[in-house]
Amino acid sequence: MTVHPVIRTVLQRLALGVITLFFVSIVIFSGVEMLPGDFTQAVLGQAATEETVAAFRRELGLDQPAYIRYIDWIGGVMSGDFGTSFSGRAASGIDRSREVVDLIGPRLWNTLFLASMTAIVAVPLALFLGITAALYRNSVYDRVVNASTLATISTPEFFVAYILILFLAALNPVFPSLANVSPGIPLDERIDRSALPAMTLSLVIIAHMMRMTRAAIINLLASPYIEMARLKGLSSTRVILFHALPNAWAPIVNVIAFNLAYLVVGVVVVEVVFVYPGIGQLMVDAVTTRDIPVVQACALIFAATYIVLNLLADIISIVTNPRLLHPR
Amino acid sequence: MSTSEGYSAKDEVGQVRTRRTWRQRAWIELKKAPFTAWLGMIVISFYLIVALFAPIIAPYGEAEITPIPYAPWGGEHMFGTDQIGRDILSRLIFGARNTIGIALATTFLAFLIGGGFALVAAISRGWVDQILSRVVDILMAIPSLIFALMLLSIFGSNITSLIIIIAILDSTRVFRLTRAVAMNVVVMEYVEAAKLRGEGLGWVMRREILPNIMPPLVAEFGLRFCFVFLTIAALSFLGVGIQPPTADWGSMVRENASLIQFAQFDLKAGITPLLPAAAIAILTIAVNFVVDWFLMKTSGLRDEH
Repeated sequence: MTVHPVIRTVLQRLALGVITLFFVSIVIFSGVEMLPGDFTQAVLGQAATEETVAAFRRELGLDQPAYIRYIDWIGGVMSGDFGTSFSGRAASGIDRSREVVDLIGPRLWNTLFLASMTAIVAVPLALFLGITAALYRNSVYDRVVNASTLATISTPEFFVAYILILFLAALNPVFPSLANVSPGIPLDERIDRSALPAMTLSLVIIAHMMRMTRAAIINLLASPYIEMARLKGLSSTRVILFHALPNAWAPIVNVIAFNLAYLVVGVVVVEVVFVYPGIGQLMVDAVTTRDIPVVQACALIFAATYIVLNLLADIISIVTNPRLLHPR
Repeated sequence: MSTSEGYSAKDEVGQVRTRRTWRQRAWIELKKAPFTAWLGMIVISFYLIVALFAPIIAPYGEAEITPIPYAPWGGEHMFGTDQIGRDILSRLIFGARNTIGIALATTFLAFLIGGGFALVAAISRGWVDQILSRVVDILMAIPSLIFALMLLSIFGSNITSLIIIIAILDSTRVFRLTRAVAMNVVVMEYVEAAKLRGEGLGWVMRREILPNIMPPLVAEFGLRFCFVFLTIAALSFLGVGIQPPTADWGSMVRENASLIQFAQFDLKAGITPLLPAAAIAILTIAVNFVVDWFLMKTSGLRDEH
């Protein structure tokens, strides 16, 4: 039985993605293994009794070999159970800790809202800027767009964020500088409050995406068939829209996915600047308090999103451009 | 060898081809450099001078506490003081030393690890190459800021673990690039010849391959430095990187961030948290300018045409 080569390659990529995820989960899990031996004491406090420490160790399964704990952990993750947080535990053995899922759930939704709001604004704008910059290459427009995006790329996200706060919140109070989003608020209010973080992320993403789109299109314009189309006397708009663009989808989709994956990382810093109640902020807080289960859960979610987005880009570019099946 | 007429072709050719010293050649290259590259180099040298002579330039000590917290600009404190009365200008100057120093050390370590393993992989090929490349694939599948955050929560935030963690995470990128360029050189005849005459792995790495892959690696060093610099700044800003009282630009932004709320009443106070952020941004842009020029110089690589 022969399978269509595209389907076979897609299946191969999917399998590779699953294997990568498996190894990444092992790497993240081994985090606990690398902890110094007395961390139970550190979590519970100096006053913890022998029994409390022993009970805590038993709860973490530290009396069992690592592979059994890994299977327990990954099995829990599959069914949506990320364990319980380290914080809220007292030396006396009173346990006020919360389930990691309850901590992550609402925040994950907030982060997804921010990311999709950014993507809806940034992706079309960046593609438009990139394509027009390639079209009017070396013009004043191209140079201005290029220089400003290079500047944006080289600056840390928090610099962009604070400049926006300075001009749009502190000097001219257009938007609130703290993105105080809570579950009950109406949509327009929510958009208004997350406007500044979304704007910061958009600026950074647009800069990256625009440069990569421009490079992809310019690279394509060097191909012989474009030269042929030009020699036939076609207008440059027609060449770009009907000859270059259909072949540019694969690189452009790659660019979009790459930047959405980048968004996953950028969101952490931006959420902290604007005190946006998202998963990035949660992870940073958990890192400072060394709340390992929460850190692990966040890291796994970020890594999985990153891997899935990259995988998606791979698959889409293979489907749209079957030539990639036969690498030269 | 001169003939009776006193003419020698060799002499004439010799006259035209003046032998230039290394410095003269460098100067000629520099004169041809575009404006942006010059700007970048001037900015970088300024930063380096400030970093090297920080204790002489700075009016106050790194963590010296003066009586007035949140002092305004001007007077004794050019850029005012922070929440516990430390001079902002002095901390900016010492911050240059710490931030750049740590980023440089990290980048060097990353190149040592990544470059070393990449050359080993490229020369030995086979299963060594396979294993190293797969490990790098897995490490690169996790976004590096997230990975760094996770590792820092495990090992705690101190400068040594910060340098080692970022260096290891960053060495994966160095590994990819070095392996790719080294692969093209490894197949050359002179490498084969060196292997056949019985040179060891170390010799082949240092004397045969490294000199031939230097230009892309130098350019990559600049870009990696920017990346490491921004990552460390971001981590410090998040409060899990370089810890106080060590002066560092990322954490300075965090400490003074609340001042931005007062921009309406005193613009200078509002700008204070932006100063260290701008210091980071200007250095990265400068390095990018120089790297762009260097790339164009060494590989003739342009994105146009």
